[in-house]
Amino acid sequence: MAAADKPKTRWHVAVFLAPAVLVYTAVMIYPLFNTLRLALYSEVDQERIWVGLQNFRTLFGDAIWSDQFWNALANNAWFFVIHMLVQNPIGIALAAILSSPRLRFSAFYRSAIFIPTILSFVIVGFAWKLILSPIWGIAPGMLDAVGLKFLYQPWLGKEEYALTTLSLVSVWQYVGIPMMLIYAALLSIPDEILEAGECDGITGMSAFWKIKLPLILPSIGIISVLTFVANFNAFDLIYAAQGALAGPDFSTDILGTFMYRTFFGFQLQLGDPHMGSAIASAMFGIILIGVCIYLFGIQRRLRNYQF
Amino acid sequence: MNKVRSATRTTIAAHAVLITYTLIALFPVFVIVINSFKDRRAIFRDPLGLPNEETFSLIGYETVLKQGDFFLYFQNSMIVTVVSLTLILLFGAMAAFALAEYRFKGNRLMGLYLALGIMIPIRIGTVAILEMMVSTGLVNTLTALILVYTAQGLPLAVFILSEFMKGVSDDLKNAGRIDGLSEYKIFFRLVLPLVRPAMATVAVFNMIPIWNDLWFPLILAPAEEVKTLTLGSQVFIGQFVTDWNAVLSALSMAILPVMVLYVIFSRQLIRGITSGAVK
Repeated sequence: MAAADKPKTRWHVAVFLAPAVLVYTAVMIYPLFNTLRLALYSEVDQERIWVGLQNFRTLFGDAIWSDQFWNALANNAWFFVIHMLVQNPIGIALAAILSSPRLRFSAFYRSAIFIPTILSFVIVGFAWKLILSPIWGIAPGMLDAVGLKFLYQPWLGKEEYALTTLSLVSVWQYVGIPMMLIYAALLSIPDEILEAGECDGITGMSAFWKIKLPLILPSIGIISVLTFVANFNAFDLIYAAQGALAGPDFSTDILGTFMYRTFFGFQLQLGDPHMGSAIASAMFGIILIGVCIYLFGIQRRLRNYQF
Repeated sequence: MNKVRSATRTTIAAHAVLITYTLIALFPVFVIVINSFKDRRAIFRDPLGLPNEETFSLIGYETVLKQGDFFLYFQNSMIVTVVSLTLILLFGAMAAFALAEYRFKGNRLMGLYLALGIMIPIRIGTVAILEMMVSTGLVNTLTALILVYTAQGLPLAVFILSEFMKGVSDDLKNAGRIDGLSEYKIFFRLVLPLVRPAMATVAVFNMIPIWNDLWFPLILAPAEEVKTLTLGSQVFIGQFVTDWNAVLSALSMAILPVMVLYVIFSRQLIRGITSGAVK
């Protein structure tokens, strides 16, 4: 049938594609490149002028800007490290337990553990802020009950703990996603492979380490890159819990909050869309590098394991 | 005998771990909700106690309903989420059908172009999006949010739906063509009903991020009459930060709609994630 249509222009193909392509191009792709372009301009006397790479020179060279940028980038990197070291292993462990055969109530556990993931950052940020607050006293009270009161600190208010605390809150919220994805990957492992392992005497924990883990490596790769993109693009939790100034003393400032303050302005600082675009371009570069490392470095190698 | 006992022990250990983690996951929500029903004294004196006749109070909810326009915020969130989802599903399915069904020049390239947005977050382009919305006068309208969320949701929708549409039988579509159905009718009458499960998956994936987003409402639509529930509760809590009853009640009220959605759609959501739609 398709061959019969061929001589005519097939307008319906264009009609089917047009709405999606138009909206996507106009609202996503065009602004993306326009932002990269705006990073090369600046505003002088209310006029937009071309300045080339000047904004980037300011961002990386000027002490006030570059300190803030590297601080935000380092904080963001730490944010990502905590997610990789805490969120993903817990997610994998929970998935491994959930996927064990004949476990009762597993649907209930799955749904319950996933609940934090569906809450908004505003709820999560404030809820934890209240719970950890020294005024309310839930956290100190509970530590007191188990005789560990000396461990209590106003975690969100101390420069040295605030970022780690917020990262752990974010881990608490998002552990459901790696759990679900790994759970799905574990269920898709064919029974024959596990049975073959059993015949060779590989059961229990060693079956997990020797058979299942290598087989779910591709899923772990996907989760890592999803975590990477989400973390280097995060904003809401920090904003909801610590405000746009990412206190105390910028110790929880990440690239998202830094970009927001710069381009939108905050309190006494005036918004500068061009510097904001420069930061956005840097974020774009970082995310692109991460995704490319995954696509060309990690994913190819992991493919060897697939069957 | 020994083997049986060690199996029981493993099961108990598994349940212990899972119960512990479930408690960790639910504890904050539980604390917020029970305290929202207590008077101020009880909130501080006994934060972990359930409300009883003596401590029960709805003062926080009264403040929230008097001071904040939560019904309007809820309505705005509802409009934005429902319209965006409809557009994502309609436009996404149409494009997915074109990519899956027809062979034309640039098909693969178009697929790759649309897939770019899966990995690159739309937030990077915020500066230019804001500028565009200002110049078209769409700032502080729900339309601006709907457009952004539609664009954000389309890449994954096209990707998932076109995988499904490749599975729809050719015989059925060709039978439709022989009966003289136009390509549009084939799409709307024959193909769409068959990919309904995949549409539901896409809808559930997009629903929660759209409902919970803070970034775009904050930047594109911060005016009072177009605030979404997420932004509205954020601003409200910021203003009433010392009124603990009001803050706890506002948080509980913000939790409620998502929980209702989750209870309705959790099966769909979990099936969607575990069916490998994201792989």
